[in-house]
Amino acid sequence: MTLTVSDLIVARGGIAVLEGVSFTLKSGRALVIRGPNGIGKTTMLRTIAGLQPPMAGKVDAPEESFAYAAHSDGLKSMLSVEENLRFWASVFGQSDIDGAVQAFDLEDLLPRLAGALSAGQKRRLGLARLLVTGRSIWILDEPTVSLDTQSVARFADAVRAHLAAGGSALIATHIDLGLEGDVLDVGPFKATGHHADPAGFDESFL
Amino acid sequence: MSSIWENANPVKFSRLAGVVLPWVSGFAAVALVVGLVWGFFFTPDDFRQGSTVKIIYLHVPSAMMAINIWAMMLVTSLIWLVRRHHVSVLAAKGAASVGVIMTLIALFTGAVWGQPMWGTWWVWDPRLTSFLILFLFYLGYLALWEAIDNPDTAADLTSVLCIVGSVFALLSRYAVNFWNQGLHQGASVMRAGAVTGTDTEEKVSNIFFYPLFLCIIGFVLLFVALVLLRTRTEIHKRRTKALLAREHLG
Amino acid sequence: MIALLTRDLKLAVRAGGGFGLGLAFFLIVVILVPFSVGPESVLLSRIAPGILWLGALLACLLSLDRILALDWEDGTLDLVATSPLPLEGVVAVKSLAHWITTGLPLVIAAPVFGLLLNLPAPGYVWLILSLAVGTPALSVVGTFGAALTVGLKRGGLLLSLLVLPLYVPTLIFGAELARRGAEGQATTTPLLMLAGITFGAIALLPFASALVLRINLR
Repeated sequence: MTLTVSDLIVARGGIAVLEGVSFTLKSGRALVIRGPNGIGKTTMLRTIAGLQPPMAGKVDAPEESFAYAAHSDGLKSMLSVEENLRFWASVFGQSDIDGAVQAFDLEDLLPRLAGALSAGQKRRLGLARLLVTGRSIWILDEPTVSLDTQSVARFADAVRAHLAAGGSALIATHIDLGLEGDVLDVGPFKATGHHADPAGFDESFL
Repeated sequence: MSSIWENANPVKFSRLAGVVLPWVSGFAAVALVVGLVWGFFFTPDDFRQGSTVKIIYLHVPSAMMAINIWAMMLVTSLIWLVRRHHVSVLAAKGAASVGVIMTLIALFTGAVWGQPMWGTWWVWDPRLTSFLILFLFYLGYLALWEAIDNPDTAADLTSVLCIVGSVFALLSRYAVNFWNQGLHQGASVMRAGAVTGTDTEEKVSNIFFYPLFLCIIGFVLLFVALVLLRTRTEIHKRRTKALLAREHLG
Repeated sequence: MIALLTRDLKLAVRAGGGFGLGLAFFLIVVILVPFSVGPESVLLSRIAPGILWLGALLACLLSLDRILALDWEDGTLDLVATSPLPLEGVVAVKSLAHWITTGLPLVIAAPVFGLLLNLPAPGYVWLILSLAVGTPALSVVGTFGAALTVGLKRGGLLLSLLVLPLYVPTLIFGAELARRGAEGQATTTPLLMLAGITFGAIALLPFASALVLRINLR
């Protein structure tokens, strides 16, 4: 379960934003992505998760190994916490949600409608969703938004447990999670705008 | 190795369009002026339809173009989806804005012609109805282009719409025929080309056909000129945007 | 897949308006028609099949933007796209859920509305049959339109414009089938065409919808 990214160029709106991104993420490791706002962290994570095509370069990972979580959690406010979790579990072919419920302390909230949760509780539910996917490589975009200190610690514990079980995590975040992982600053990869002419991008108009 | 696809490079295409454009425009103007003047002033009135028949010099070419432009858009959309040549899809966009006007001209001249012939501006005849539906397809296609900010996304989505729309346009054509058998005379131009026009009632005779043919050529050339112009404008717009974006990135 | 379907149906029931909205709209059209064209029963029974089909189509159109927009806003589509579910299957299930919440109630309620419009007695079977065969196509085509416009802020009007010409063949054959049935004429051709359009749309359009959705997601 190794994720290898080589010479990746990611584009937003047809223009390259990051280029030459290369790294390897082995199982049991976490990689924290840092960089100023707007540099293209989200775009890069979406590209690695396969939601958009890279402009150039390669993302190598086993089939269906990613669990992606971004700013919106895909929760339905008219469904209960339990129904939301069970839905995502069955989408990923899993049936057990107890581990996720315990890891994020959701027992008391199970019968509540997701719409009645606070922002932090929703976020916890959204992260608990990662555990029910059974996927090994987590791709997390600002996972700690609206979490209090206690929940951040809980989240860090969940990530640590995931790593200990042989999983890995790619996390874009501004705060220090206290994880013993590597840090990748994407600042130096900022695109300078001189590439060959891959069809399908605005570069061909220059 | 030189290939025809080399001209699909936006910059090269721009240059080529610049060279070709004056010639095409010139020939279009000559063909249209000669064809229309000949048709309007130097052909006799039809013995049944009187001088109203002369609107065919606008009606028939515009109607033919309205359909053929959609067919061209289908081809260029497919080329974009398969080969990712920007010029191709921008040409489809440019063609659509010409096509929608052609459809409007065909509908308008048809109404003007239909009024004295059938005593009404509009009937739900299969042909008229089909053109109205085609007009809606053009409007939807152009509206989708306008609604989407990212040009590549817009290109992909409109191309898929064009392909799916083509299937449904054919279905509609069949459905509309089934639904109402109609007043409109059959398309009589091409038969006139093959058969020497002796029967003025059924076919367009030679005396009308030659100026009409010239008008059709004129419309085709006019369309080519407009598409070249519009495609080049779109390329320049995209180029400006790309340059600004690069500058913004530093 | 089944989880997705049951979730969508649950949401339609709980959020309200899912089942009721289309029906209520259908009822409004059917009730208002006699007020606008006059109460003459001969005229009403003649136009009944057409009005009922038009009402059903508009009721479908009304709820199209809900098919994908909500899942887009809360990020569900992003997450589903990275899940093991094939996107083609997802949009097909979405169409099915839309049909069950909108098309099916219309099919069931249509006879009652037929009564209000003096639909001739032989027409009831054909009306139900034509709606049952035709409305799935409306849902599938509508899902394609919804997938095209899913990322747009004010996609509603555009969605209607895009879907309008795509609905023409289904409307023509559906209404024609119901009319011919009501008047006791031959019904084979429109029935075959309507079924052909529906099956063709179900078989092919989910691929186009999934393609378009993938483009919108990137």
